[in-house]
Amino acid sequence: MSALVMDDQTAAPDDLYQALVDAHEGLVDAESRQLNARLILLLANHVGDLAVLQEAAALARASVLHDRPDD
Amino acid sequence: MAQVYEHPIFPFTAPPELLEGRVGNAPVCVVGAGPVGLAIAIGLAARGIQVVLVDDDETVSHGSRLICISKRTLEIFDRLGASAGFAEKGVVWNKGRLFFGEDEVYSFDLLKEDGHQWPAFVNIQQYYAEDFLVRAAEHLPNLNIRWKSAVVGVEPSSDHVRLTMETPEGRYDLDADYVVACDGASSFVRRTLGLAFDGRTFQDRFLITDVTMQAEFPSERWFWFEPPFHEGQSALLHKQPDSVWRIDLQLDQSADPEVEGREENVRPRIERMLGVDAAFEIDWISLYTFRCQRLQRFTEGRIFFAGDSAHQVSPFGARGGNGGVQDADNLAWKLAAVINGDAPDALLASYDAERIPASDENILNSSRSTDFMTPKSQAVRDIRDAVLALARDHGFARRMVNSGRLSVPAVLDGSPLNTPDVGHFDGLMRPGAAALDAPVATSDSMGWLLHQFSGDFTVLLYLGDAHDALPDDWPHALPAMVNLLVIAPISGPGVIGDPEGNVRVRYDLMPGTVYLIRPDQHVAARTRAFSDMWLKGALARALGNGGDNA
Repeated sequence: MSALVMDDQTAAPDDLYQALVDAHEGLVDAESRQLNARLILLLANHVGDLAVLQEAAALARASVLHDRPDD
Repeated sequence: MAQVYEHPIFPFTAPPELLEGRVGNAPVCVVGAGPVGLAIAIGLAARGIQVVLVDDDETVSHGSRLICISKRTLEIFDRLGASAGFAEKGVVWNKGRLFFGEDEVYSFDLLKEDGHQWPAFVNIQQYYAEDFLVRAAEHLPNLNIRWKSAVVGVEPSSDHVRLTMETPEGRYDLDADYVVACDGASSFVRRTLGLAFDGRTFQDRFLITDVTMQAEFPSERWFWFEPPFHEGQSALLHKQPDSVWRIDLQLDQSADPEVEGREENVRPRIERMLGVDAAFEIDWISLYTFRCQRLQRFTEGRIFFAGDSAHQVSPFGARGGNGGVQDADNLAWKLAAVINGDAPDALLASYDAERIPASDENILNSSRSTDFMTPKSQAVRDIRDAVLALARDHGFARRMVNSGRLSVPAVLDGSPLNTPDVGHFDGLMRPGAAALDAPVATSDSMGWLLHQFSGDFTVLLYLGDAHDALPDDWPHALPAMVNLLVIAPISGPGVIGDPEGNVRVRYDLMPGTVYLIRPDQHVAARTRAFSDMWLKGALARALGNGGDNA
């Protein structure tokens, strides 16, 4: 059984997207990459459940690999 | 360039002011005969107000410009007696499709339920929209349209505004008790008053092209993020009448508008999209950047601003013209009620109180759509592209994809005209909401709920049975400006039927529930426990007499 919640969790998706965008305001690329990494760690700690984290990571990885250009 | 539509020429005729060499008078002068100015002028004239509508041109819009007419705008035009042409000529659409690269990411339906007279949108060129409105306006004896009459002077004073008009036969002055400036984004009236028009300028360039072609695309809104035919950018396709298609292509910020606007440079871009063999003619090219900005106030003494003169948005979401028509609908009944002596001047203050938040909602939504299409940094582009990639499989990400949040009527939450609910209600029809349509049964046929509301206020009473008695404390006579609409499951003498229960569900009706609906068909108040006091209080509040029922 899936532990990762895939249902819509927010009533205001545009606000959520905007909050992520706003976090990067005025940062250079290296800082943005660090922001993303730190944001992931903060949220991972908030989630706390290793199974959920692993499932999300696997899903994100599969999605990225899906877009890898064919050699 | 090919043109199917023949622009009518509306002749200039010298007004009495010129013929008699005197200063004219008018209760209201509306400046600008675009869709917003026409809607206000018709709305006022239909309520018995003498209106002079001036326009510096002698025909309707050149170029198709706005094309997406929203459900709410169609409902308003229907009330203004101008909707027939939209139903006959317009291209109906409810669905949109979104593509990312080569893949369709998802599709959406803007009108998921049956039982509405009008679709989510009708596409039609702006010149048709204005043409239909002019035809409706011409029938109104109170409405005097003056073409080739440009406002060249604005002099406000305490009890009127003096406008100077320039015409082919000379200048004259007109003293208007009220002026409604619907003279567009570069409003002369606004500039003359020196009012700040502040906001955000977007650097991104967009190329709008209208092409005539025979094509098999369905009547849907198609939007591409980074399509193979237009790498790294976005593209939008809309169908219009007369086999005309609107193609909107995002360009690099560095694009030279003079170069990119040349037909020889536009044509290859369209060919990459449609295929080199596609046969098409280019009707109209416009290259633009845009701004999201508004006036601090939409009212300056006796001058009101409506539409683009008051606020400007990006085109994504069709919130410019449709938002402007909502301004018109909001202002017309209020100004008429004040001029007719039915309401205090205080009612006019609610125009700003209601339409400024609505304008901010439109600006926020159209700014965010534009930001989603044009990420401002690599980090933001990464987030955007991640949303699009996840949207292929996951509903939560689909809801974040933003190619335009399409115009819906503003809910006037927080309006001073609203009365708090008496009793508990579910559903969307809270005070401030625009009334939803639904099919209803009259004694001999089916019709639409919105047609049952009067041009003034409507008291909607729901009965469990058409033969039930009126609630206790029902007044012998309703106040002036209020008309009664009784609804029951099955129609009866003087009672409208709701056979499918759509009205009951959409308005969360129970026997004895009463709504007060404003002339612009927004909900003013609703109660589970009717009393004569409640009605008087809610009506007074909705007419700007504020506070005594709070």
